[in-house]
Amino acid sequence: MKILDPLKIRQDFPMYRHDSLFEGRPLVYLDNAATTFKPYSVIKEGDLYYEDITANAHRGDYSLAHEVDVAYEGARKEVADFINADVDEVCFTSGDSMGMNEIAYGLLPLLKTGDEILLTFAEHASNVLPWYQVAKLTGAVVKFIPLDKEGRVTIDNFKSVLSNKTKIVSLASVTNVLGFLLPVKELCALAHSVGAIYVADGAQSVPHHKTDVKDLDIDFLAFSGHKMLGPTGIGVMYGKKKLLEKMNPLFFGGEMNARFDSCGYVSLSDVPLKFEAGTQNISGAMGLGKACLYIQKIGFDAIEEHELKLKKMAVEGILSNGNATIYNQNCEGGIITFNIDKVFAQDAASYLGSKGVFVRSGQHCAKILPEFLNTQATLRASLYIYNTEDDVKALIEACKHAEDFLDVFFN
Amino acid sequence: MSFSINNPEMMREIIMDNYQNPRNVAVVDDKNYITIHMDSASCIDDIYIQVLIKDGKVSDCKWHGKGCAISTASTSIMSEMILGKTIQEADKMMAEFNKMMAGEPYDEETLGEAICFANVNRQPSRITCANISWRGLKKAFDKEEKKDE
Repeated sequence: MKILDPLKIRQDFPMYRHDSLFEGRPLVYLDNAATTFKPYSVIKEGDLYYEDITANAHRGDYSLAHEVDVAYEGARKEVADFINADVDEVCFTSGDSMGMNEIAYGLLPLLKTGDEILLTFAEHASNVLPWYQVAKLTGAVVKFIPLDKEGRVTIDNFKSVLSNKTKIVSLASVTNVLGFLLPVKELCALAHSVGAIYVADGAQSVPHHKTDVKDLDIDFLAFSGHKMLGPTGIGVMYGKKKLLEKMNPLFFGGEMNARFDSCGYVSLSDVPLKFEAGTQNISGAMGLGKACLYIQKIGFDAIEEHELKLKKMAVEGILSNGNATIYNQNCEGGIITFNIDKVFAQDAASYLGSKGVFVRSGQHCAKILPEFLNTQATLRASLYIYNTEDDVKALIEACKHAEDFLDVFFN
Repeated sequence: MSFSINNPEMMREIIMDNYQNPRNVAVVDDKNYITIHMDSASCIDDIYIQVLIKDGKVSDCKWHGKGCAISTASTSIMSEMILGKTIQEADKMMAEFNKMMAGEPYDEETLGEAICFANVNRQPSRITCANISWRGLKKAFDKEEKKDE
């Protein structure tokens, strides 16, 4: 297996171009679950659209427009290969949230009073709020799969709530707060055994773990580009072709229809274009294609090993400081969710920030999770391919005296 | 050394003391109080401020909820400062506090203990923590004004 060299990787990222310094100090960026830095190849590809081949996609009969179509559809192919989908099963969106809304509203006609939608307490708002809306409109009920003591979804717990009433199971394959990796393939097979549709929220899993939609057999998948080295404002909704063909789009407008008349007749474009109303984020899609290539070149085995190694080091170091509680010690990915004892998360995050260590504080958009964790808010450090052992050491060192969080304002 | 902007140790102590032993924390169930709920998507602060206004004066101020050290201490200090003050006097305090947050010259005497937050604007993202209760108070005064219309 290839070993990942974060220092070599940093050479590809302009954010590290000033000797990995920010405001004169080492740049310790540990908020990758929120968004990631972008490599030159992604930025250049996005710029290429604006600098060299600007025209609309799927609309022109001239050579310049053809170049755009080739680039845009080429990006779709790169994304499709990345998740092992067929190319016409990849619909571009603005990001994970838009994808989840497209899916939830698209599946709305399947739901009736008393039908059940299964989620967990650890879901991000993007995988809770669309379902609340759809439940309200249809009379369906949102139910939560109980988490085990550690915060995991287990097969047994899933079975305990799965029934013939279950119509949709929608779960983040990796949750953004606890970072546990779900046994997606098994959960999906169980969901199918009662005739339910399985939706995977891949925002936190697709950037860090291999996603093979055919092998997993999932029905839908949504994810964002910006959390996987890609541009902001671009994401993907994957759906099995036969489901996408039956599903109604959430957005109607330009390019997604073949023809319509004054009597209200509308004939929609084929999948995936019927889900891409209006002029798309062409530059973003092209950049995302290159982000997929970049990640593939590094390889998921190397990424997982690197993140896990750094995560273990962080967990050991923070625990040995003796002043913190970690909520997800055993998670499989590069997310460390913790609190400095007796220090409110936001005070601690400001303090760490003043030491040049950038982590997130809050509920991380998983606003029902505190009911499970018994804390108002947490700190979250999240790792990626360009993080180094030095980054982790800086985190551990900064946490050591975080009780002195008011130093931020007085020293 | 007396309490002043030149005594950072004392400023720290006042913040910590008000964070650990916040003043005027209570849930009031009385319709005569104006209740304002302050929360935001970007931070965890979730604070209820309840003020009783009689004859143009703040005759009581209670609050409850969850927040960081800065928002808790600032709400605690505000709840003491405005007690017994007229709306005009409290408005003046608010104006001075806002000037301090904006890094503009302000009147130390008017703000009293609240000057312990003078350095919060070193971390611009935390200004919203320090002024959450003052923003709530403004909403309460606006509500009071509308009541008379």
